[in-house]
Amino acid sequence: MTPPAGITRVTLLKDLRLEWRSKDAINSMLFFSLLVVVVFSFSFDPSAEESRQIAGGLIWVAFLFAAVVALNQTWAREIRNQVLDAYRISPAPANSLFMAKTLGNFIFVTVLEALMTPLFIAFYRLRALGPVWQLLLVAVLGTWALVVNGTFFAAMSLRTRSREIMLPLLLFPISIPAILAMVQATTAILNGEGARFWIVLLATYDLVFTTVCLLLFETVLNAE
Amino acid sequence: MKRAFPILGVLTAILLSYALYEALIGAPTEQTMGDVQRIFYYHVPSAWTAFILFFINFIASIQYLVRSNPQTDRFASYAAVIVGLVLFVVPFFVTLPEGMRPSSVATTGVLITGLYFLIRRLFSHPDTDVLAITSAEVGVVFSLVNLVTGPIWARPVWGIWWTWDWRLTSTLVMWLIYVSYLMLRRFSSSGETPLLAAALAVLGALCVPFVYFSIWFFRTQHPQPVMGGGGSIDPRMWHALLINWLAFSCFAFLVCWSRYRLERLQRDVDEAHAMESLSDPRESVR
Repeated sequence: MTPPAGITRVTLLKDLRLEWRSKDAINSMLFFSLLVVVVFSFSFDPSAEESRQIAGGLIWVAFLFAAVVALNQTWAREIRNQVLDAYRISPAPANSLFMAKTLGNFIFVTVLEALMTPLFIAFYRLRALGPVWQLLLVAVLGTWALVVNGTFFAAMSLRTRSREIMLPLLLFPISIPAILAMVQATTAILNGEGARFWIVLLATYDLVFTTVCLLLFETVLNAE
Repeated sequence: MKRAFPILGVLTAILLSYALYEALIGAPTEQTMGDVQRIFYYHVPSAWTAFILFFINFIASIQYLVRSNPQTDRFASYAAVIVGLVLFVVPFFVTLPEGMRPSSVATTGVLITGLYFLIRRLFSHPDTDVLAITSAEVGVVFSLVNLVTGPIWARPVWGIWWTWDWRLTSTLVMWLIYVSYLMLRRFSSSGETPLLAAALAVLGALCVPFVYFSIWFFRTQHPQPVMGGGGSIDPRMWHALLINWLAFSCFAFLVCWSRYRLERLQRDVDEAHAMESLSDPRESVR
């Protein structure tokens, strides 16, 4: 019997391979991200000094929208081909599927962020006054917080009437502490202030919610 | 049982009338704010009632998730006892944040464990789901009362409808979390909506401490207008507050009981329809 980590790896590679071959999601996501950055640039057009104060919030709101659009199509492929039913019948643990999906979404959203960030830096003339490695840490922790909850709620919204709108309705309220932490940490680091509290809060949030989602995912997957 | 409802209704009406009298006439007028301050007697008890109802929703959701399996059921019961013990013992050995007394934390611990086992005793496994939706709905209403009376009070006193201080912001976010729970209930077309909703309720309830803590830190870093709290309270005002809280709790209990009965009846009717259509296919089109 394959160990759970092996199942996660296989499922993840399958998803990445499928995405690489079709590239439908990544193309639309890329263009969407660019549009978001441009629209924000028209909406908020501050000088270089003010931009450091609000850039943290702007960047994360843009990432949040991109993540929601990415998450909405997470399970779409599985439903189309009845893969979820096959997975339920198989002896594979539900957590492996959840981890594979979450990691796949994480990679996906990270790629989007890596493409959007240079645009933001260029359009807003950003320069970090604090250490850049902390920004990367906040990016990793923050993206994980959004993606782990988003994958879980996307699975929950599978059998709801307005599936696409249900995901943000469920995700946004519960993500508020994480979003607050991400935005405050990013703003603090950009302005050269201390962000330790927010980073610790974000890490704790990630730990608690990853654990709870792993515990509850089997229930959600089998709820039909 | 059926007769108890009207009797309780009358008693609650009497209690509410007395509480109204206490709030509007009996309690002394506040020095600086004047009569506007009397909204306080509705604003605070509705918040406390909402908290208790959301907590009941949390416990009912956990029980719905764990009681299907005897192992998880036992584990959850042990966890409830341990949480109560920890809250009972620890406050006497560590320094608590300011404003929290060890005796209140200890009492809360005992009440939490007591409430867990009381719900476990009174409600069968399927009924915990009915309790969950009931407490969430009524809790959302009381929380909305809290959120609306706040600005009504703030406008004449401080000149602003709203501010993003930590208490208001946290209450708003908590309200949003439970509204999203109700949205899932309404929009889900799965046959296992109760399970999904219970999972969401657990996540949401675990999020609430994060919400309060993060927003508290966020807002105490910068000077904010002080909204309520702090300082001692006149004993007559305290009395009026407690009477109003008691009246609100009784009223909430009555509303929950009605809603609970309604939901149970609705489910029984749906089940009867399903059984009928199963047994006689010709009658399935109604």
